[in-house]
Parts: sequence; C-alpha cells; structure tokens
Amino acid sequence: MESLSNRKKVIEQKPMTLAERMYLPAIAKGLAITFRHMFKKKETIFYPEQERPISENWRGLHSLKRDENGKERCTACGLCALACPAEAITMIAAERKKGEEHLYREEKYAAVYEVNMLRCIFCGLCEEACPKEAIYLDGPFLEADYLRKDFIFGKDKLVEAPLKS
Amino acid sequence: MELAFVIEKFALVIVIFMISLGVAAYSTLAERKIAAFLQGRVGPHRAGWGGMFQPLADGAKMFFKEEIIPTQSNQFLFIAGPSLALLTALIGSAVIPWGQSLTFGDTVVQLQVADINVGILYIFGVVSLGVYGIMIGGWASNNKFSLMGAIRAASQNISYEIAMGLSIIALLMVTQSLSLKEIAAQQSGFINWNVWAQPLGFLIFIICAFAECNRTPFDLPESENELVGGYHTEYSGMKLGGFLFAEYINMFISSAVMATLYFGGYNFPFMNDLGLPQNIITLIGVLFLFAKIFFFIFFFMWVRWTVPRFRYDQLMNLGWKVLIPLGIANIVLTGIWIIVKDTYFK
Amino acid sequence: MNLFYFIAFLSIFFSLLVIFSKNPVYSVLYLIVTFFTLTIHYILLNAQFLAIVNFIVYMGAIMVLFLFVLMLLNLNEDSEPMKSNLIKVAGVVAGMCLLVTLVGSFRALGDSDPLILKNPEIGLVKNLGKVLFDEFLLPFEISSILLLSAMVGAVLLAKKDPKKI
Repeated sequence: MESLSNRKKVIEQKPMTLAERMYLPAIAKGLAITFRHMFKKKETIFYPEQERPISENWRGLHSLKRDENGKERCTACGLCALACPAEAITMIAAERKKGEEHLYREEKYAAVYEVNMLRCIFCGLCEEACPKEAIYLDGPFLEADYLRKDFIFGKDKLVEAPLKS
Repeated sequence: MELAFVIEKFALVIVIFMISLGVAAYSTLAERKIAAFLQGRVGPHRAGWGGMFQPLADGAKMFFKEEIIPTQSNQFLFIAGPSLALLTALIGSAVIPWGQSLTFGDTVVQLQVADINVGILYIFGVVSLGVYGIMIGGWASNNKFSLMGAIRAASQNISYEIAMGLSIIALLMVTQSLSLKEIAAQQSGFINWNVWAQPLGFLIFIICAFAECNRTPFDLPESENELVGGYHTEYSGMKLGGFLFAEYINMFISSAVMATLYFGGYNFPFMNDLGLPQNIITLIGVLFLFAKIFFFIFFFMWVRWTVPRFRYDQLMNLGWKVLIPLGIANIVLTGIWIIVKDTYFK
Repeated sequence: MNLFYFIAFLSIFFSLLVIFSKNPVYSVLYLIVTFFTLTIHYILLNAQFLAIVNFIVYMGAIMVLFLFVLMLLNLNEDSEPMKSNLIKVAGVVAGMCLLVTLVGSFRALGDSDPLILKNPEIGLVKNLGKVLFDEFLLPFEISSILLLSAMVGAVLLAKKDPKKI
C-alpha cells in the first residue's frame, strides 16, 4: 500500500561492487577523514585552570542563605529533608535564645544541618520545598576525598559567609 | 685490528639498542598524542613541554608498580614470556642497513651490524619467533582469556607469515639478492625504489606487517572488549611494560624493514647530484631513513585510530583467501614482467 | 672445534630434556632450543640458507603449531596417564633394539674419511639454487609434488561431506 506520509524509504541491498569489496577505497576515505580531524579545533578544556561555562539552572553543592541583614534564613522546618528522595538531609532544631536575634531570622533555627553529599543526587527538590528560600544548589562541583565521613557537610561548610558590614 | 672491529660493532649495537628503546618509548607518547589529535583532544601535555617527559613518567610508574605473579601460574614461563617478546623484537635490527659507510681517516665504519647474505630471511625468521613470547606468556598465566589471546596470536601470525613470504619472494625476483645492504644500495635515487616495481607486493607486505605486529585492525590477540586484555591480562608492572615495549619495537623494526625493502632505505632523491662529501651524504641518508621510519610509525597509528578491528573469520578470510592468492598472482606477474623486460627493453 | 663440541653437547642435552621432562609444554620448548642448536650447527658448516630455513620452518612455524595444539589440549603433568610396567619393559626392549641396530650399522660403515667438499661455498643461496635447479631438478620437483599431494589430502580430510550432514 502507498504510504500516506510518503516518507518511507525502501532500502535495497545491492551486491557490492568490486571497489566496495576491495575495501581499500573505503579505508583511504576513512584515513582522509581522520587526517582532516588532526587540524580541527581541539575541544579540550584544561580543567583546573579553565572551567567549563555552567548553565543558568546548574545545580551544584548546597548553600544555606542569609537574609539582607545577615541572619540565617533557615527555620529548621524539615520540609527539605521530607522532600529529599535520597534521604540526604538531616537536622536538629533549636529555639532562638535572647540576644541571638542578629544571628537567626526566625524563632526556631537549625542547630545542626547536615547534607550527606554521597547520598545527594542533586535533584533540587529541597530547593523547591523550602518555604523560606533558605537553601540553594548554587555551589561548585563536589570534590573527591579519601574518607566517607568527610562527605557529610555540616553547617560550617554549608552556611554562606556572613555579610561584611 | 680484531679488537677495533669488535669495539666498532659493539658501539654500533649499543647505539642501535638505545635508539630502538628510545623510539619505542616515544612511540607510546606519539600514539597517545596522535590518538588525541585525531579525536579533537590535546593528549598528555602536563609532564614537560607538550608532554615530553610523559614516557619517563610512565616508565617510572611501571617500575614502581607491584609485580603480581598469579599463584596458579607457571612462574618461570610467566617471567620468560615478556623477556622473550622483548628479545625477539630487539634482535631484528641487527641486519638493517642504517646508512652507507662513514670514513674516519683510514677506517671505514659500516652503519650495519651484520651484513649476512640471507638478511631478509633472517628478519623473516625473527618475526616468526616473535609469537613465542606471546604464546608462552599467555599460556603461563593460566587464564582463559590469556590462553585465548595466545592462541589467536599464534594462528594469526602463522597465517599472515605465508602471505608475507610470498610478497618477499616477488621482491627478491626483482632485486636478485637476499642481502639487505645490497637491496638498499640498488635503490639509489628516487626512481629505483622497489615500491614502483612492486606496488602490489608492498600492499601485501604492509597488511601482513600490521598483522604480525598485532596492531589494529588485526589486534585480536589483545582485543580489550572481548578478551579483557588478551595475552597480557594477568601481567602488571614492568612485565606488562615488556610486552607493550616489544609491540612498539616491533613496529619500529618493521617500519625500518619496509623503508629499506620498498622505499629505498637511506637513499634520497638527487643524492648523487649534490656533490657533497661521502660522510655528509651518509648522515643525510640516515636522517632520510629515520624520516621514512617515522612516517610508517605514524601510518601505523593513523590506521589504528581509523579502521575498526576485524572479526576473527574476516581475519582468516583476508589472510588465506585474499592475500595468499594475491601474493601468488604477484609472483606470476613479476615473472612475466621480468621476461618481457629482458626480451624487449634490453 | 671447541665450539662444535660445546654446541653438540647442548643439542644432546636439550634433546634428552625433551624426553625426560614430564610437562609436555616444557618438552616442546626444549625441542625448540634443540632446533636452535641445530641451526647453529648449520651455520658452523657454512650452510647459511639451510640454517635460516631450519630457523624459519622448524622453529618459527612447525613448533608454533606443536605448542598451539598442546595449549589447546591443555595437557599437564597431572593428566599424564600412568603407564603400566609392561609398557615400560616393552619400551626399554624396543629402544635397546634400535640402539643395537644403529651401532651395528655404524660399525659396518667403518671410519669414513673426512669429506672434503669441492666447493665449500655450496651452502650459500646462489650456489645451492644453481645445484637444486640444475643437477637435482627432477628430485626437487618430485618432492614438491609430494608436498602438494599431502596438502590436497589435508584439505580433503578437513572438508565436510555435504551429504552426511
């Protein structure tokens, strides 16, 4: 039957000609192609000195944000840990004491906040779940290390540097 | 006199030995560089200027790696395998004429270790011995993949030796001599190169050289993706290095043989019209020989990164059903050509 | 002359090792060394062509096939079947018979005069070729036909009978 789209192509298998069976013209053609590739632009990025440009929606290591006054935004609600499909996030909440208002924005804050980077799949669901806009995956790559315990990032590595006043 | 002769030959042997090893070491770098260039990368470039010290770093790494000898293996033969491979690869260079003669006052130094009058057959014999290192190493490892690689290597080398021998016979009908020195001397200038008289023979020879060196498209003995590593699966450290080095030295020697047999060896165009002293011409000739050798080594690598590996049945079909009949046809054609030339063009 | 005795000792030594080694692969390797010493004998006799042909054909091709078959069969010292004493006795008797025959025939031959060749360069390729294709043309061609018939026979044996499948 005639095909409606008319895009169907019937491929017929012809017996190979002598030149094709000799195989040498094909090899010569291949050699010419690979030789031309020697003079093409090299795609290599010299990594430690030079970094690949990252896209806008790149997801790297987590960082815990501060607000415009330099107070930690996180209120230890646990929604990020709940959203995390890899169970990478754990935290311990604590109540804000008198005199700590300049450190934490809300009355409750995360005393311990740990992300296990070996479990994390960098999906960004914690980012989406956060009601306080406190966690973002805007860091660099995860670097290699020797011990598993060094991959559990605490607040010392996650929280942004304090504002300079 | 006798002592001077021994010292001269000994020095020549040492120099050729060092050059072979140096070329083999830098072939590893060249292989990686050429592979990178053909694939749009830059290759090793951190160690030294443009990666110049990469072979030294690799060598140091190989020496300091742990030498593992499998407990179930045959210990003596396991060590003998790579040694034998290296030995048979190195002794081939003894009969290659690296240049004409150098004259220092009264003494004339031939740039060839041994001018035996069965030079080509010696090379052929050494090549046919080359498979023992691989077979012994592969068998002694007591590993299925190694044994498979060793068996493939043996059957492949024996199959392609026949076609190689046939192409050499056709060449000998033209040159009328088995001595490599004489063959090189016959091809002075450019027009006398044997490749113009024996294009088909050269084609057969170069294909067989690829197969004898176990280079891609004929690297079935060590095909990584079917046999893990083939005959050197169980090897590590400098013993693995011995096998890899032997492969590169084989490549160097077979490039030198091809350059000598078919591309005029140390001869270069207009060498007799320049009016230079003999020593200068000899030195330029050596440079030309090495340029030809390096071209062939480049060609080996170029083909490796272009043509995919043959299937085993394709390999055997090519060897037995294509190259051997072609070789016999080439002998017949050469014979007819010699008779026609002698009767009509004399 | 000393060199000759040394090489002769080596070839006898290694050929004895061929018989006495229990591992068949070692036997083949000793046989290769024996052939190598024979090659040196040929060189000492100034028969360069014969030496190199022995080198290529026996060491480079036939012994590779021997080794190939042994590796495929994977024979070890353990797989060597225990020979019964009767076979051992029979072997000793047969060997002694062979020895007696050989010694008797050599005694009957008497001391031969050292043969002096008219042309000591006979072993070189050019002279050998002239002799082979001139004086001994008929035996040479007949032996080539013998080889050809053996080859045809091997092909016939290896070929499958199409009717029987």
